[in-house]
Amino acid sequence: MKQFNYTITDALGIHARPAGMLAKAAKTYADTEITVTCNGKTAKATQLMKIMSLGVKQGSVVTVVAEGPSEEAAIAAMDDFFTSNL
Amino acid sequence: MVLLQGKGVSKGVVKGQLYFFKRQDNTVTKRIAEDVEAEKARFAAAQEAATLQLTALADRCREEAGDESAILFETHAMFVEDEDMVEAIISLIEEEGCCAEYAVEQAGEQFAGMFAAMDDAYMSARAADVRDVARRLVNNLLGITQGGIDSDEPVILAADDLAPSETIQLDKSKILAFATRGGSGNSHTAILARTMGIPAICGLGDALKDELGGRLAYVDGETGSLYIEPDELTVLALKEKLDKQEELKALLSSMKGQEDVTLDGQKVNVYCNIGSVEDVSAVIANDGQGIGLFRSEFLYLAANDYPTEDEQFEAYKTVAAAMNGKRVIIRTLDIGADKQVDYFDMKKEENPALGVRAIRICLNRPEVFRSQLRALYRASAYGKIAIMFPMITSVWEVRECRRACQKVMAELEKEGIPYSKDTEIGIMIETPSSVFIAEELAREVDFFSVGTNDLTQYTLACDRQCNDLGKFYDPHHPAVLRAVKMAADAAHKAGIWIGICGELGADLSLLPTFLAMGIDELSVSPSSVLPLRAMLRKSIAKTCTLDMLKC
Repeated sequence: MKQFNYTITDALGIHARPAGMLAKAAKTYADTEITVTCNGKTAKATQLMKIMSLGVKQGSVVTVVAEGPSEEAAIAAMDDFFTSNL
Repeated sequence: MVLLQGKGVSKGVVKGQLYFFKRQDNTVTKRIAEDVEAEKARFAAAQEAATLQLTALADRCREEAGDESAILFETHAMFVEDEDMVEAIISLIEEEGCCAEYAVEQAGEQFAGMFAAMDDAYMSARAADVRDVARRLVNNLLGITQGGIDSDEPVILAADDLAPSETIQLDKSKILAFATRGGSGNSHTAILARTMGIPAICGLGDALKDELGGRLAYVDGETGSLYIEPDELTVLALKEKLDKQEELKALLSSMKGQEDVTLDGQKVNVYCNIGSVEDVSAVIANDGQGIGLFRSEFLYLAANDYPTEDEQFEAYKTVAAAMNGKRVIIRTLDIGADKQVDYFDMKKEENPALGVRAIRICLNRPEVFRSQLRALYRASAYGKIAIMFPMITSVWEVRECRRACQKVMAELEKEGIPYSKDTEIGIMIETPSSVFIAEELAREVDFFSVGTNDLTQYTLACDRQCNDLGKFYDPHHPAVLRAVKMAADAAHKAGIWIGICGELGADLSLLPTFLAMGIDELSVSPSSVLPLRAMLRKSIAKTCTLDMLKC
C-alpha cells in the first residue's frame, strides 16, 4: 500500500472537471484500487460522483491511497495529477 | 428547386439539411417490467448510445469551441458510466421490477438530490448536470430526441419559433442556420444567431412545411432566401457568395488587435453584448474591448427557481475575471414583457411591455434586487464591473437604485467582504421619458447606454415582437435618432459617457450619424466587432453629419 496526503489549492476544490480527469487517470490502473479520503469519507478515484460528493474544498487535506500490483506507478501518477491539477 | 422568402436576420450563406425542431413529451410513467433482463439490456443500450452522443459532442466542441466546453460533455459521458449511479439503476430494475425509464429517473433524482443538498454553490448546481444526463438516458430509452437534433451532421434548424429558454438549451454545435416560420429580427433567436455568427431567416410563414424536413437547402441570411434543392445556376451564385464570405473573414481577422479609432483620431469603445458566461469566448475571439451589455436574465430563464446570490456571484465573477480588467457592464434583471419566468409568479398583463417589468420588478421586490446587487458588488472585486439599470423612466427610480447599492455596499463593508467602491452605475435610455429628463438623469449616474430596440418600440408605439408591423417599425425613424442625440447631448453636458447597446449599434449605415453625435461606446454582438472596427478605421468623424435626423 502506498499513500500520500495533499492540501487542495484549487479555488473550487475537487470540482467536476478535475474529478472527471481523476476518474479517467485512475481507470488506467485497473488492477490497483485508488481511493481518496477527506473529512472521514472515502471514495474510489473512479467513482466520479462520489468523489465530487466528498465536498473537497480549497484547503482540505485529502489522503490518496493506492493498493494493488501497480501501486508504485499509480501513486506516482496520482501525486503528479494532484500537484498539477488541484 | 423551391424558393422560400423570409426576413434575413443574421448574415451568412450556408448549405445543409433542413431539420425540424421537435418538442416531445418525455414524461415517464412507472411500468412493471415483463422481463427484468430485457430492461437491463435496454438500459445498457441507452447508456451506450448516450456515451457515443456525448463523445461526439465533446469531439466537435474540442474542434470548434476549445477544451473547456468539451470537458463538460466528457464529464457528462463519465456520469453516464458512473459506477454508483449505474448500480442504483440496475438494483431498482431488479428490486422493484420496474421499467428502465423509471429506474433511470429515480436514480437520477437521487444523485441530483445528493448534489443539490451539498453545502457548496458550485456542487449544488451540478444537480442540473446529473438531471441532464438522466434526461438524455430517458430520451434514448423512449427513442426520442429532445431539443430536436438527432443527426450526426450539423443541420439547418427549422421551427415555428423558438422560446428563449429553448434556444439557450440547444446544442449550438449542431446548428448551421436557423429558419423559422414566425419571429422577427428582434426575437431572441435572431439576437442569439447574430451573437454566434450563425445565419438565420425568420418570418418564412407556412410555406416552411414539415415535409421539407431532410431536404438539402441553402440559407442566405442576408437576403432571407431559403433555397431547397437549388438548381446548378443558383448553387454557383451561392458558392460565389460563400467564397466572398471567406475572403471577408480573412480581411476581418486582420482587424484583430487594432485600435477602435477614426482616421482623424476620434475614439469609440467597441464592446460586446452577451447573454451568458459562455459567450465570453466569442468576445475574446473577436477582440471585443469590453462588455457593454451582459444580460443577466439567462440566470433566471434557465432556472426553476430564483438563482442564489452565490450562483449569480460565480457567473459575474467568471466573466469579470475572464475580461481581465476590461469593463463589464452587467444589466440587472430585465424580465417581464417578452421574457417571462414562471417562478416569479407574475400576474397576467394585457400589455406586458408597459407592465411590471425590469427595474419595476426589482423595486417592487427588494429581496430579489438585493441578492443580485450583492452578487454584483462581490464580483466587482474580481474585475471592472459596471452596473446598469433597465427601463428607467424617473429620477426617483435611479435614486432608489442608488440607495439599494449603498445599502449593499455598507453590508459588505460590515461583513468584511471585498468589493470595489468605484463600481460605475449607469442606466439604460430606452423610454421616451428618460430622453426628456436625460439632463436630470445624467447628474445621477456615471453613464448612459441606449437600448435602441425598446426605445424604437416605445417611441414609435410599435410592438417589437409583432411580425406584421413591417414598414411601421422603422429604427431609422428621425424621432428615434433625435432621441439618441438628445440623450447624447445631455450626457456630454453632464460630463458622462454614452453608449449604444441595442441592435442599432451594429448598423453600419448609422455609424457616421453616431460619430457626429459623439457616441462614446458601441456595444454589438461579438461577430459584429470586426466589421464595425473595419468601418470605423476608414471613417473621418469631422466630415460626418446629422443628415439622418432630418432636422
